[in-house]
Formats: sequence, C-alpha cells, structure tokens
Amino acid sequence: MKKLSELEYLGLSPSKRFGYDFSVFLRNLPVKLSGFLKKIPLGLWRIVLTVTGFLKELGGIFIKGDFKTRTSFFVMGFGQLFRHQVGRGIIFLLMEIIFIGFMVFFGFGYLSDMGSLGEVAVERTINEYGLEILTYKDNSLKILLYGVLTIFFIIGFIYTWVINVKQNGTAQKLIEQGIRPKGFKADIKSLADEQYYKTLLAVPLLGIVVFTVIPIFFMILIAFTNYDYSHLPPEKLFDWVGFENFRTMLSTDISGSGKFAYTFREILIWTLIWALVATFSNYFLGMFVAICINRKGIRFKKVFRTILVMTIAVPQFVSLLLVSKMFADEGIVNSFLLSLGAITEKIGWLSTPNLAKIMVLVINLWVGIPYLMLIATGVLMNIPADLYESAKIDGASGIRQFTKITLPYMLFVTGPYLLTSFTANINNFNVIYLLTGGRPKTLAYEGGAGSTDLLITWLYTMTVTNNDYKLAAVIGILVFIVVAAISLVVYNLSPAIKNEEDFQ
Amino acid sequence: MVRYKSKSGKERFILGSIYVFLITLCAIWLIPFIYLVFQAFRGESTAMVTYVIPKEWSLRNFEILLTETKFLQWYFNTLVIALANAVLQTIIVLCVAYALSRMRFKGRRFIMNAMLVLGMFPGFLSMIATYFILKLFGLTSENSVPGLILIYAASSGMGYYIAKGFFDTIPKSLDEAARIDGASRSRVFFRIIMPMAKPIIIYTIMMAFIAPWGDFMYASLISFGHEDAYNVAVGLYKWLDKEHINSYFTIFCAGGLFVSVPITALFMSLQKYYVEGVTGGAVKG
Repeated sequence: MKKLSELEYLGLSPSKRFGYDFSVFLRNLPVKLSGFLKKIPLGLWRIVLTVTGFLKELGGIFIKGDFKTRTSFFVMGFGQLFRHQVGRGIIFLLMEIIFIGFMVFFGFGYLSDMGSLGEVAVERTINEYGLEILTYKDNSLKILLYGVLTIFFIIGFIYTWVINVKQNGTAQKLIEQGIRPKGFKADIKSLADEQYYKTLLAVPLLGIVVFTVIPIFFMILIAFTNYDYSHLPPEKLFDWVGFENFRTMLSTDISGSGKFAYTFREILIWTLIWALVATFSNYFLGMFVAICINRKGIRFKKVFRTILVMTIAVPQFVSLLLVSKMFADEGIVNSFLLSLGAITEKIGWLSTPNLAKIMVLVINLWVGIPYLMLIATGVLMNIPADLYESAKIDGASGIRQFTKITLPYMLFVTGPYLLTSFTANINNFNVIYLLTGGRPKTLAYEGGAGSTDLLITWLYTMTVTNNDYKLAAVIGILVFIVVAAISLVVYNLSPAIKNEEDFQ
Repeated sequence: MVRYKSKSGKERFILGSIYVFLITLCAIWLIPFIYLVFQAFRGESTAMVTYVIPKEWSLRNFEILLTETKFLQWYFNTLVIALANAVLQTIIVLCVAYALSRMRFKGRRFIMNAMLVLGMFPGFLSMIATYFILKLFGLTSENSVPGLILIYAASSGMGYYIAKGFFDTIPKSLDEAARIDGASRSRVFFRIIMPMAKPIIIYTIMMAFIAPWGDFMYASLISFGHEDAYNVAVGLYKWLDKEHINSYFTIFCAGGLFVSVPITALFMSLQKYYVEGVTGGAVKG
C-alpha cells in the first residue's frame, strides 16, 4: 500500500480513512517496536545519568554544607529549625521520629519476612491439662500486605528526606547571599497561591495511593504466590511461586490440567465480542432513536425522552434483577407466551448458553440506548442546520445526509466516548452479574465460570465464591493488559484525543 | 391543521412509522416498571406468579417490608453513605479537576497518565487488599458504613474527567485578570470558578448521591455476613436467591419501589444537569 499525501488522505471517506490509518498503524508497528527497544538502553543510560546527577547534587550539598546542613542529613529539619523555619523544621523532625518508630515497631519485621512470607503458621502446644492450644504465628497475608505498606512508607520517607536536604541547600545559599529564607507564614500563604495544587491534590492523591495503588500493587504480587483456598491464612501459609499461575492460565495445552487456559481463552473471546457488540449496538441504535425523537414534526419529544431516561434513574440492581426474574424459566415472559399459545414449552431465555448470550446483549440495549439517546441528542443539536439545508438543496436523500453529515460528525465528536464505553463494557460487572450471575454454568469451564461470564465477573466468582485469589489476580492483570493494549491502539489511531491543550 | 395537510404522503408515512416505533419502544421500556408496581401492590402470595395483574391489591408487602425486615436499617445505611459521599466526592472531584485543569506544575502529566493507567485495572482486582486495609482500620463488617464512605471518597479522585472538561471550557483569561488584580489561586477558585461551575457541581453531587444506591460489588464484600451493615442493594439481592424468593419476591418489589421512587424523582428533576454532564463528558472524553 502506497503512502497517501495529505490531500489524497482528506479525499477518502471516513471508513476508508480509518482503514488507511489502521494499515499504517500495523505497518509502522515493527518499526515503532524496534524503535522502542532501541530506546531502552538510551532510556536506561538516561536514568543512570539522572540518578548520578541527583546523587552528585546531594553530595555537593553535603560537601559544601555547613554544620547545620550536614546534621540535617541525619536529623531531618535540624537546619530549618535554626534558619528561621521553625514550622518546617518541626514537621520534618516529627516525620523522622514517626518513621523510625514505625520501622522499629512495625515495618522492619514485616519487611524482613517478605522473602519467605512466614515460616510457621500455627504452633500446637499441649497445655498443663493436656489440651491442644493453637497459637497463630505467621500470617502470610499480613506479612505481604504490611510489607507492601512499609515499602510505600519508605518511598514516601525517602521523598521527604530528599526535599529536606534540598531545602537545606537552598536555605544555606540564600543566607550566604544575605537573604532570609521564607518563614512558616509565607509557606502557608504559598500553599494557597502558587502551590495551591499541592493543597488541592494532597488528600485525593493520598486516598488514591492508599486505596487504589497499594491494593493493585498488592494484588499484582498475589499473582506470583500460591494464595488460594488450600493456602488460607491464618491456618496455612502461602509462598512465592514465580510465574506458575501465568503458566496455568496461558498454557497452550488445553486438555486436562490446561482447562484453565481453555476457560480463559473462551471467556476472553466472549468478553471481547460482548464489549464490541454491546458498545456498537448501543451506539447506533441509541443514535437512531435520538434521530427519530428529534425529527421535525414529531411531538411529545419530552415524554418519549423521559420514559427512556427512567432506566438510567432506577438503580440497576432493582431493574436488572427484576428483568432477570421476568426472563427466568418460571418467569412471567414464559408463562405469558405459554398462555398465549405462542410456545408449547418453556424457553430457557437465560439458561441456554447461546440464547443467554444473545439475551444479555438485547437486555443491555434496554440499559444502554437511553444513555446514547441523551448523548446523541446533545451532539445532534450542535450540528449546524445549514449543512442539512444545503444538502437538501443539492438533492441529497435522507440516508445520504445521515452517512455524509450526521454519522461523521457524531463519530468525530464522540470518538473518545466510544473508547471509554468499550473499556467500560469489558469491565461491565453489573449487567452480567445481576442478569445471569455468569450462568448457565458449564462443565467445560474451570473455576466456576459460566457461559455468560465476563472476565470481571469470573474474577468476582474466583475471589468471593472460590477463594482462588492467585488466579483471580492473574485474570485481573490480563484484563488490564487487554484494556491497555486496546486503548493504546485506539489512542494511536485518533490524534484528536492526545492534544489536550487544543480544547482550551 | 393546515400545516399537516401540506405534507406529502411519504412524509406522513415516515412520521407515522416513527410514532409506531417510538410508542412500541416506550412500551417495552415501561413494562418492567409497570410489572414492578403491580408486584409490589399484590396482596395474594409473596412468590412469583404466572400472571401480571394482581387479584388483590394491598399494602401488605410494604407493611412487612417496614416492620418485619431490616429494610429500614439498610435504607438508613445507604442514605448516610449517599449523603456523605455526595459531600466528600464532590469536594475531592472539584479539587482535583481544578488543579489539573487550571494549574501547570511538575508532575501534572504524570498524575494524569497514572490515573488513566490505574483506571484500566478492573476495580474489583484491588478489592481484597482494600478489604484488608479497611480491616486494619476496623472499618469492615459491622462498621462497613464508614468503611464504604471512606473507599468511595478515596477513589473518587480518579473520576475528575467530566469536571475537568467543564473547567477547561472556562476562559483562562478570567483567572489571569483576577491574578493580576492580586487574587490568590484559592481566591480565584472560590470566588470566580466555583460560581460559574454550578451545573457541574450539581451534576457531581447528583451522581455521587445516586451511585451508592446501586453499588453491589463493593458493598457485598465489605459488609459480608453482617445484615445490620448491608446497603439496600446487598440486602434486597439476597431476597431473590433460591431459598428466599418464594417468601420475599413481592417484598423485594416493594423495597425496589421504595428505593427507586425518590432516586428517580431526584434524577428527573435534575435531568437537565445530567444531560449537560454526560454530553459534555462524552464530547470531551
């Protein structure tokens, strides 16, 4: 395929353009990858350079530093205390005391056990009455979790230590130049002004680190252990096993012990089909409904819209659970059809594997169309009316107007939304879990998985019902890889998303 | 009606078929809700039955719901969580969105990219560790109400996109003018941006208030086994499993109605802001 010039490119239709972009992306992939690989040594070298530069800087501060600065390397805040920065000094000193206390009484023990994850889980002793007494000793889970917490605590401490040293360096220089360093009041004032972002972001980021980053880090580590139902603390210990869980999940041998790999592959395929069909069926049908409602001459627009929007308002656990009961084998749909005589025996809407898959996709339309209807309505109203006027004068039919004006405009504006809703659908827990719970179960699958299970609902079953945490963690990581890969590809294909400043 | 006569037969046919389509659509959309109402008011038998229209209308299901079950406790739990979440999440989202939209600082891109990457991990993956961290603070099982408030608020910083998109559309020259006049960043935030951000504030409050009512995944794990600490979703879900469905189905419907009506009313009255939020968010990405 030859490379097109800009003008030729703009002359293509949107679908051809996409095809062209895609082929260019694929063609450039090897080059990009090798470029990336070539960059790795360069990047490593750069890291080495920054680290040495950084160490040199710290060393320089130490060598040039006076007594106060040098002491601050060991007693944080020492320099600040004697340089009119009492507030900062006290805070730094407190941090160091807390850190040392934390490490001595808590962190160090757990950190040193991280390698083995504990030696003895339960100690059995016989007391003087001849009864067996169980004493719980090492808890692998606690060791791992608190070990991770300690690691993050240490990283945070190193960061504050570096800030402390650098501040000393600057303060010393300022004093040598005869300038009095900023006091505590000025610090506070700056936090409401130039450094306001620190005030704004401190609490939210702390929350994200504690309740998102640390847990994710922890679960990634779990994927390399054998933590499951037969290794449940506090009765049992678990241990590091390296890449064994990944091997179980990804092995190509799909007979016997490879059943997990088979289940994973089947569920991954269904998850991708589900996400693709759910996203695009909602997208186009929602757009179609929006166009119908917004059509000139249609009355009661508001009534139609309000009725559809009700599905967004009613909590999903009410509406979806109810719908799942309506389509159950004994549900109202079957009894209604039976009494009409339309069917002679009950249809397993949600209990026959393939029909259940179709049904969740159809019911998902019921959930998703209203969203898209709202979004499409908003976008449609922004399309300049004169575009349609001139198209009409040129004699363009309704369908042509749709494919040449409405659709390209919609796709252009809602491109980012399509990506986010695709990834959201990969992780769409509610619809599947509340409708079918992953059922119908099949014997062909391992790990309690059912025919309609997505990776995310399988992950749920694996943890909550089966307690198979190690494989659940592997699934979680693989889901991440799938989502990240897709996002990366789409990002590379649509330059509009990248240029954030363009909007401002 | 002269207007209509001027329309061609084809046009009228198209309009007619659109009406038929839309009315069918609305009927399909309404059926589950009508079914819900009918079941909630059905007097005879609490199990699933093979007909839709009740033979005997009564309020008995509501009576059972409010007096014989823990529903009021669950409702109260969820209400507390929702109110707290509405306050905390709104504050956090606005702070993050403002900082990332209006200020340029070292590490800004890194924070945004990191949040993007973190968002790609399935939320449930981190649940087990989150559970143990909460347990460390003693905020699981019987204390899961404050526990849930904490984790909802803690992770809410990542949902800043829509608010940031909104802030991005407010001209930066406004900030700069105020800064030249000597206003500090925090003053700009409270005095200039906040008054202009009313739609997005209402949107954020609304979403933060509504979300906890439907959360099942987190709530079921955190409050596992402690009936007093359930939220409505977890509590009502249990009534539809095999052992309970025959004696609780209509009561579930009554409970569902009890939850849905206020939420739906709130949603409908603030619909305008919701539409602005989702369309703005979808367009900005």
